[in-house]
Amino acid sequence: MRVLKILAAFAILLVLGAGIFVAYAWRSAIDPVDPPAQTSFDRALVARGADLAAIGNCNVCHTAPGREPFGGGLGIQTPFGTIYSTNITPDPETGIGRWSEAAFIRSMREGVDREGRHLYPAFPYDHYTLVSDEDNRALYAFLMTRTAASSTPPENELPFPFNLRMLLAGWKALYFREGPFQPDPIRSEEWNRGNYLTEGLSHCGACHTPRNRLGAEKKDEYFAGAEVENWTVYPINGNSPAPVPWNADSLTFYLRHGWHEHHGASRGSMAPVTANLGSIPEADVKAIAVYVSDVMGRPSQERIARGEAASAAARKESEAPLTVRATSTGNRVGEAIFLSACQGCHDGRRPVPFGGLNLHLSSAVNASNAQNIINVTLFGLPAARGEPSAIMPAYRGVLNQDQLVSLLDYMRERFSDQPAWTDTRERVAATMNGEREVPIYRMDGTTQAPPETSMRTTSWP
Amino acid sequence: MAVTLTVNGTTRQVDADPETPLLYVLRDHLELNGAKYGCGIGQCGACTVMVGNEAVLSCVTPVLLLEGRSITTVEGLGTLEKPGPLQQAFIEEQAAQCGYCIPGMMMRAQALLQADPAVDEAAIRAHLEPNLCRCGTHMRIIKAVMRAGELMRQKSQSGGAS
Amino acid sequence: MTRTDAKNPTRRGVLAAGGSLAVSFSLLSRALAQEGEVQGAAPPAQPKPKLPGSLSGDPFLDAWIRIDANGDISVFTGKAELGQGVKTAILQIAAEELEVDPATIRLITADTGQTPNEGYTAGSQSIQNSGTAIRHAAAQVREILIGQAAARWQVPVDQLRAENGKVIRADGQALDYGSLVSAEILHVEAIPQSRLKPASRFRVMGKPMHRVDIPAKVTGTPIYVQDLRMPGMVHARVVRPPRPGATLTELDASAVERMPGVVAVVRNGSFLAVAAEREFQAIQAMRVLEVSARWSEGTRLPNPANFIPSLKSLPSQQGVVAERSQGDAAAAQTFQATFTRPYQIHGSIGPSCAVALLENGTTTVWSHTQGVYPDRSAISEMLKVPPEQVRVIHMEGSGCYGHNGADDAAADAALIAQAVPGRPVRLQWMREQEHVWEPFGPAMLTEVRASLDQAGKIVAWNYDLWSNTHTTRPGPAGSLIAAHSLPTPFQPPPAKLSITPSGNGDRNAVPLYAIPNMRVIWHFLPEMPLRVSALRALGAYTNVFAIESTMDELALMANTDPVEFRLRHMEDPRGRAVIEAAAADFGWSKDPLPEGRGRGFAFARYKNLAAYLAMALELEVERETGRTRIIRVTAAIDSGEVVNPDGIRNQTEGGIIQAASWTLYEAVTFEETGITSIDWSSYPIMRFGSVPERIDVRIMDRPGEPFLGTGEAAQGPTPAAIANAIRHATGKRLYDIPFRAEIVKAAIGV
Repeated sequence: MRVLKILAAFAILLVLGAGIFVAYAWRSAIDPVDPPAQTSFDRALVARGADLAAIGNCNVCHTAPGREPFGGGLGIQTPFGTIYSTNITPDPETGIGRWSEAAFIRSMREGVDREGRHLYPAFPYDHYTLVSDEDNRALYAFLMTRTAASSTPPENELPFPFNLRMLLAGWKALYFREGPFQPDPIRSEEWNRGNYLTEGLSHCGACHTPRNRLGAEKKDEYFAGAEVENWTVYPINGNSPAPVPWNADSLTFYLRHGWHEHHGASRGSMAPVTANLGSIPEADVKAIAVYVSDVMGRPSQERIARGEAASAAARKESEAPLTVRATSTGNRVGEAIFLSACQGCHDGRRPVPFGGLNLHLSSAVNASNAQNIINVTLFGLPAARGEPSAIMPAYRGVLNQDQLVSLLDYMRERFSDQPAWTDTRERVAATMNGEREVPIYRMDGTTQAPPETSMRTTSWP
Repeated sequence: MAVTLTVNGTTRQVDADPETPLLYVLRDHLELNGAKYGCGIGQCGACTVMVGNEAVLSCVTPVLLLEGRSITTVEGLGTLEKPGPLQQAFIEEQAAQCGYCIPGMMMRAQALLQADPAVDEAAIRAHLEPNLCRCGTHMRIIKAVMRAGELMRQKSQSGGAS
Repeated sequence: MTRTDAKNPTRRGVLAAGGSLAVSFSLLSRALAQEGEVQGAAPPAQPKPKLPGSLSGDPFLDAWIRIDANGDISVFTGKAELGQGVKTAILQIAAEELEVDPATIRLITADTGQTPNEGYTAGSQSIQNSGTAIRHAAAQVREILIGQAAARWQVPVDQLRAENGKVIRADGQALDYGSLVSAEILHVEAIPQSRLKPASRFRVMGKPMHRVDIPAKVTGTPIYVQDLRMPGMVHARVVRPPRPGATLTELDASAVERMPGVVAVVRNGSFLAVAAEREFQAIQAMRVLEVSARWSEGTRLPNPANFIPSLKSLPSQQGVVAERSQGDAAAAQTFQATFTRPYQIHGSIGPSCAVALLENGTTTVWSHTQGVYPDRSAISEMLKVPPEQVRVIHMEGSGCYGHNGADDAAADAALIAQAVPGRPVRLQWMREQEHVWEPFGPAMLTEVRASLDQAGKIVAWNYDLWSNTHTTRPGPAGSLIAAHSLPTPFQPPPAKLSITPSGNGDRNAVPLYAIPNMRVIWHFLPEMPLRVSALRALGAYTNVFAIESTMDELALMANTDPVEFRLRHMEDPRGRAVIEAAAADFGWSKDPLPEGRGRGFAFARYKNLAAYLAMALELEVERETGRTRIIRVTAAIDSGEVVNPDGIRNQTEGGIIQAASWTLYEAVTFEETGITSIDWSSYPIMRFGSVPERIDVRIMDRPGEPFLGTGEAAQGPTPAAIANAIRHATGKRLYDIPFRAEIVKAAIGV
């Protein structure tokens, strides 16, 4: 009996708990509306929304290769399974055509769809919650004036229990802090603007901050770098691996143009980001740069000196490219490959972006692992379509594992003060055999055109 | 310094600096004309050959990487008298104007068709993207590669039946 | 500029073998004038009635066709294979009229030692000029041979026929051509009229024939000048100054001279080159030589900001291209606009190349030049030797699309060869040299003002164009880069304004439509801040773009369908026919298209005297990105009598894709310190991912009509059809080429 009583009490508690949880987790549906007429939106508001959507990088996740812009259907790999982006065009049946402005703002602020279902944080509402109502209205105006695409994304591929959206309420309770953004009154307006954009729409931390086992950003490792889709995302805090320290000016230039003479060209999943930022007003990009460079902090004298040494070494090689041969390294295979296959473009003779970066200036060789160099070496950098851009040939067809490992070891030893990488062979093997699947992105063209509908492409060549 | 290369099935000793790009060894030492100099920096594809089963840009590939590897150039696909299926298809579709880019196109197409002779038009277009043609022969090149795929499928079917 | 070749020994008696025809060429002085492409060329002396095609320059039959005692037939053309398929078409023509199998003919193309001087292979004139000459010559040779047989058999000629290399009698008896040839019988001047075969009896012409050069091209058989290998040959590379006008001030070549394989460092004034045993050795040596040389500053380029609009303020001379005043010009509505085009490159996939050999005082140059004779003239002047000490032989190169680096590379090789006598020198440019040093297609600006009357008919047309010359070809040594660098530099000859029927910068500046009042002015810009020359279609690319864009705007004003509007103003029945055919084949209609899609139409008769071409096109403009994707193109072309329909189709498809690439993507970029578009990453062109889904070409059937030049006919209509389709898709008119995504997106807004 006593056992039964305990069991019964436990059951009641469980039901009660579940009830409270459901009550907590439950969000009401917001009534559907008739899709608003496109002409009902103020053009200036739509234009502002376009800039904000570019800052938010909405097109990148919400467009599948070869499909309609914002029509969704791109599979996003997470440690929990594949989540497909939704259709955010104003199509009434398959898109958000029946979402009222209030429903849209709630989704951004709370991570809940119109019907009241919790959204997976692959949609970065942990950042978007900071977006102001005013900006959300502009975004809504922009999205509702897009071309409607009738397109239903595939079902998410999530195993139990991750397929239970209700559990997301628990995730939110643990990790989600609702906005909007609160400015820091002692900081400048530009810094606050940058903080607002960086933390909000730009959601830089979604890639640049590492995540915990439940997929939440680790607040105590802010901008400490991570690995996303088998591309290494560099730290953009005090641990930035860039040999020449970033500052607000260089960062502004880089984000707007997709390259910088001291840092090289943006590529991988950063390419669409800089392509988007190239099409918006400079002031917003500069605000982001001011904030991020502040997070990076003022470089120490020692770092500045190292940067100057790297620049000097690069400059020297660009002036007498063919004399650069002997180094201290005993890695003859790697050296021979580098000198014959890489140095011709990477000697700095021709400036970035059309020339290859001199690797004395490379963040990649100073990063915590070789993954990005592995990726660009194997798969190349595909040309932008119809716009000037950097191009790099792929060496997938010719380098074997041993050769690539030797080359990477050589580059690390010659161009970085950091200790040798330890997991290079394993990464090379897994990337070459496809275990590590690497999405390939076209390069960001040097014009101010918005990015291609999808910059994802196949390996080059 | 000597390098040993296997080109179109024949193993050859070449007296060249191992850092020499394959393109110059093919053209200058082995007197093969298929691979062409176009840009020297891997942007145009005129120098494309096959290494193993992969299309490779010979202008940016030093021969030191190729010891013991099997290299195929357009000369390895057939001859004037006995053209191979891909060559036959390019002749039938008259898929050339000046023709300078064509051997590179063919070698990239060969790698694609060897992996999958039933490849569709969209895949052909995507796969040939690294190779440039200035005469504007693209439509015919696509048709020729499709036709070559057919010829190869027919050949492998009749081969399988015998 | 009028020159005679009378002292050229290599062109006399070269075929003296037993029983064959003694050869003596017609050495009629021949101008280099090529349909307006050469400045300052005098018209040829024409004492006699005009002979068909290039026969007017070289009237002797045996300059074109020779038959030896074995019956072996050689056909000579001064035109060169540029990848346009001219060899095949000329073989078809010759074989048709000679009644032989094309495979039995040996065709010799452009060689100053062997072939007639037909100037340049340019301006879509090879079939029109050389093809016509060879057709008439072949027909006349055939009749001469039949006449010989008639005399031998003592039968009337109308009882004989020619077939398969023989003359055949009614009873079946036959005489080989070889047995009918005797000394000098073909060394006669052509007559103006020939007994041409009627189209109904064609065996070879008018039918698709596989190109004779393609099997070699797909099997790696040596065919290009790049493939030429000769015993003892060295490989050379040039080092160019950082910009034009810069002179070599300091050079320490000792490190280069010590490099493995280096044969010679060649310095002649500011001309700098290196030759080595192996090609890669030459490249490595060139790289070291580059950093071993110091140069003076040279000529700064103009500031690129707003450069194209500033063309209007450069010093200019006015040339009246057309002026007509025929009636009431009372305008109800007027359209006015400015159209521009930037500098663009030929962009051959294979950088320019030449092989040169100095031996026994004669320099022989193998080159992919478009004009072996003019190139010989320029090189001999540069080398300060008589022309007969230079022989230029054409060999195929990568497609050129006009005056690219070919002649300059030939001059480079010739100059280097002087330093290593007895050794053939193979010189190829590097990619960045091709992109930077080839002469560009000139930037242009045009202004249109056109008016409609109440009835929607065009009553007045004012057109002003600002452009450099589109031809700085050899001829003079001053046209060669190498000659600019010599200790006593040759200067480029001053450009001269010249208005000719086929036009230059003003090519196709006069609309072919019925317009009563018209004024067309070329504001000729003698100064060339960037080096320019002929790029496929010359001014026709920009002029047709402007005219046909304007036609669509006028059609909109007149509230008329653009095809209908064009027909309303087109009186030439062949013009009407291609317009109607392109519209019909395309399925031209007023039906609405999906959002973002548009249709565009355009028409031109190339040079207003060559092929007619009309084109309809459908494209999609991506609203979010501004990117344009051409979906399908339908063209109709009237090239007169058709020689090789597949050749016409191939040229037209290619012209459309190339012009689409120019129009959507291409512009030379520069700073005051130099050209910055130096490769395919900084100067992108169309790649496979962007080519249309389909292109259809209808060829009009015109038996018995003269051949009309075809190779450049699509260049003008393509940009206009694209612009008109973008206008239809987005409501926005684009005036400035290229229509890159950034420009289109800015025009269409969010």
